[in-house]
Formats: sequence, C-alpha cells, structure tokens
Amino acid sequence: MAATENRPRRAAPAPRRSVLPPPVPGAIVDLRSVTKRYSKVDIGVEDVTFAVQPGEFLFVVGASGSGKSTLMRLLIKESEPTFGSITVAGHDLATVPRSKIPYYRRNVGVIFQDFKLLPSRTVHDNVAYALQVTGGRRREIREKVPDILRLTGLSTKLHNYPDQLSGGEQQRVSVARAFVNHPPLLLADEPTGNLDPETSIGIMQLLYRINRTGTTVIVATHDKSMVDRMRRRVIELSAGRVIRDEATGRYST
Amino acid sequence: MRLGFFFREALRALTRNAVPSFAAMATVLVTVLVLGVFIPVVQATTGAANEVRSRVMADVYLKPGVTQAEIARVRNLIEHQTPHVARAVYVPKEKAIAAERKAGRGEFYDLLGANPLPDTFRIYPDKPDNIGKIRNELSPLAPAGGRTVIDPAIDEVRNREEDTNKILSATRVVKITMALLAVLLCVASILLIANTIRLSLYARRREVEVMKLVGATDWFIRWPFVLEGMLVGALGGVMAILLLGVVKVALVDPLAAQFALIAAPNTINFGLLIAVLLAASVGVSAIGSGLSLRRFLRV
Repeated sequence: MAATENRPRRAAPAPRRSVLPPPVPGAIVDLRSVTKRYSKVDIGVEDVTFAVQPGEFLFVVGASGSGKSTLMRLLIKESEPTFGSITVAGHDLATVPRSKIPYYRRNVGVIFQDFKLLPSRTVHDNVAYALQVTGGRRREIREKVPDILRLTGLSTKLHNYPDQLSGGEQQRVSVARAFVNHPPLLLADEPTGNLDPETSIGIMQLLYRINRTGTTVIVATHDKSMVDRMRRRVIELSAGRVIRDEATGRYST
Repeated sequence: MRLGFFFREALRALTRNAVPSFAAMATVLVTVLVLGVFIPVVQATTGAANEVRSRVMADVYLKPGVTQAEIARVRNLIEHQTPHVARAVYVPKEKAIAAERKAGRGEFYDLLGANPLPDTFRIYPDKPDNIGKIRNELSPLAPAGGRTVIDPAIDEVRNREEDTNKILSATRVVKITMALLAVLLCVASILLIANTIRLSLYARRREVEVMKLVGATDWFIRWPFVLEGMLVGALGGVMAILLLGVVKVALVDPLAAQFALIAAPNTINFGLLIAVLLAASVGVSAIGSGLSLRRFLRV
C-alpha cells in the first residue's frame, strides 16, 4: 500500500482485511472488493470482486466510462486501488514495490486500442524490444521473433515501420509483442476499437488461438457482435460495479 | 552485450531524431564556445588585477644623515617587529638618484647640485590589503592629529595613499564582477542545455511510456538517453574546442607576442581548458538527460 499512501486525497478508509471476501484458490486473477476513486465523486470501479481461472477467456463489457480501462490499469499496476486487493499469478499487487513493477509487467502481455507501438522501430524491432528488456540474448531473439510473427501472419512485414501498416496489421504487431514472452496472462483493452468488423474477427481469432495455448486472456470491449459470436464468460460493468457475470454470456441480456 | 545494445539504441535515437539532436548539439557548442572564451578572459583579468595589486607598497623615508647603526636598527624594526611585512628593500639615496637619472629626470637634480633624496626603505606587504596596517604600525596616528614615527631615525612613512586606495578598490570591483559573471554564465549554460534536452525528450515521452508498459526498468530506458546526451555533448564540445583552437592559433597567439595582458602568466593552459570544457559538456549533457527523463518515467 506504499504507493497509495502518497495520494493526497484518499477517500476510502484504511483496508480492513476482515471485510474482504475470501481469496479464490488457484485463480490467476483474483480481485476482492477492488475500489478505485479518482476523487470523492469520480469513481473508476466500485467494490469489484471476481476471479479468473488459468486458461479462461473473459470479456469485460460495459459502456464508455463504466470502468473497463480503470480495471486494466489496475491489473498492470499503472494505478493503485483505493481499497481492496488484487492478486495476479500469486502476487498481491499491493506488495510489489515500485522498483519491481517492470518485472511484474513482463508476466502480463498488454494490448491497447491505439496499439502503442514504437514509431521509430520496425515490426521486427518492436517485437524484439519486449525480449530485449528482459535481457534476452541475440540468439533467443533470432529464434522467437520470426516464430511469433509467423503466428500472427506478419512474416512479410518484418522490416516495415508501424506507419506503413494498416490498423489491423499494427494490432497484430502489438499482439505479437504482448505474447512473445509467453506470459501467463494477456490483457487487451478495446483491441478492436479502431478496426473494421472483418479485421476485428482476425484479431479475435488470434487472441483465441493464444488462449488455446493455455494463456489466460481478458478482453475489455464494447464490440457487441464479437462477444455474441464467441460465447465466452462475460462480466458486465456499469458505473464501476459488476452487474453481471455469466459463464457463456452475450453482450447484453 | 548490454553496453553494445544501449550504444546502438543511443545511435538509433540520434539519427532518427536528427533535428532535436542537432539543436541540442548546437546549444552545447555555443555554450562551450562562450565559456571557452570567457574562462581565459576572467583569468587574464584577475591575473592583471593581481599583478597591479602586487605593486602596492609603502616608502619609509629616513632622516638626512642617518648613521649605519640607525639604518640597521630601522631595518630590524621593519623586518622583525612589524607584522604583515613580506619584504623590505633598502634604497640608499645614491641608488635612488641613479634610478631617477635613468628615468630621464637627471637634469633637474643637476640644477640642484646636491642629492635631495632621502635614504628609503621600500616595504612590500604580504597582502595588498594590509598596507594600511603597516603604515599605522610604523607611523601611528598621534592623539593630537597628524602622525608620529616610532623611531627617531624615520622622517616619514608614505604609502602613496591615493594610488594605493584606487588600485585596491578598482581591482576588487573587477574581481567581484568577473566572479559574478562567471557564475551567471555557468548557471545560464546549465539551464540552456537542460531546457534543450527536455524539449527533445518531450517529443519522445510516448516512446518512454510504451517502454514502461512492456516491462523495461527505469535504467534500461535511461541508459540510452544518457549515452545519447554524452554523444551530443561530446560532439558539440569537440566542435567548439576545434573552433577555439583555430581562434587561438590564428588570433590570440600572434597578439600575445605583443600584449602582456593576453599572455598574463597565470591563465589556464590550453590543454587543461580543453579537458575541463569537454568534461563539462559531456557531464552536463549526460546528467541533464538522465534527470530530465525522471519526469517521464513516472508511469
């Protein structure tokens, strides 16, 4: 909780362990009473509790401002919860010190709506960078990068720069970068938000293939057709609260 | 492996962001150039001021017809019983008039027919500012006003008061002004370089954000930037030093043969100046890059 204490306006009372729901054993992601308030009135998420088992494919749906992105930011420890506890792959995120955050993030692949690629690097170098930050050897990079680019269907675009690619291709690069380390958990925040329906299907299939290798995938989206087609677990957020959690749900009830 | 990687990253950033890099380099170049000119100028000025100050002295005129024993007594008094005296030179009147003749004023003395000059002790103080104390010691102020002397053989003690005071206050002002200017210039240089670096980093803050999200540690992100800053600083510094070298060889050296001020003996030597400037430009750029990055590393 070291980082939360730096926040000048902390609306919630100090965490009282007895109030938290019990942890779910074996879960890769376990959120218990997670609350994030940006200010007294501005609520990101409120009392969110759910657990994700390894290998699951989970959609988090909800209107804009319902707290999907806040949830994603909390999961990569880009911000701290005001209250509650988040456990990912056995790490209680509150106990991960600031200096260890980079090491934690290497266990979580992230995909964003705006791709967040490095514009000054080629497709190959963008993917390779994820290996280089972990101190990957040149041989490892030479083996893994072409592999993952083949999986994502980018073998021919190796030496292109991001601005020379279409939106769908850029998103494939960002998926490749997120998955090249084979993290146990993959987070996607509106991965198809900028893409046309057909390209979106391609990206979703890619995520599905990744899920089949045993990786847990959490997708925040408001892409109705996609959720209805996949028939996976759906959690719906509204005004920061979980209002629905179905094992094989549709976008709306 | 690591160092090679960071170095390649730094080079890649340099070539990909050629314009901001060039701007930063130009800033370093101009700053180093100004500093490189200013440091010797400050030193020459302070040197000149010190040289002028070293001419501060006091004259102890002896009464006419003093005996050798009295001269020895006064010498002992000056050299051993008066504080702040660095050196005292005895100038007998024969020597004094010879000096006057040498200076071209001989005919006036010829008209007089006899040597009117007194035997003199010329006293140099240990510090120019202490000259007044020496005078007061040898020739204390009398309670009734005016001055007395502490030895009957001494006629009068003079420290050429007006000249001395002018020299002391003028050189003091020069020294203080120069020191202030030097400090201001250094501060301005550092601010200018820091600002340029920050601007070029601001353009790349998205890149830093992405690196953090992929799980890069702070230092993994920082090292290439620091190396880049060092490269930019070194390039700018070397170019400025080359320019300074050209100016020195083409302008200053020929002039130095004719003007004593430029060749003031205690200006910094050129090799040391180069080393200082290069170290400063590389150091300031590297530290500036590293520090400016801190703001963007907080994701």
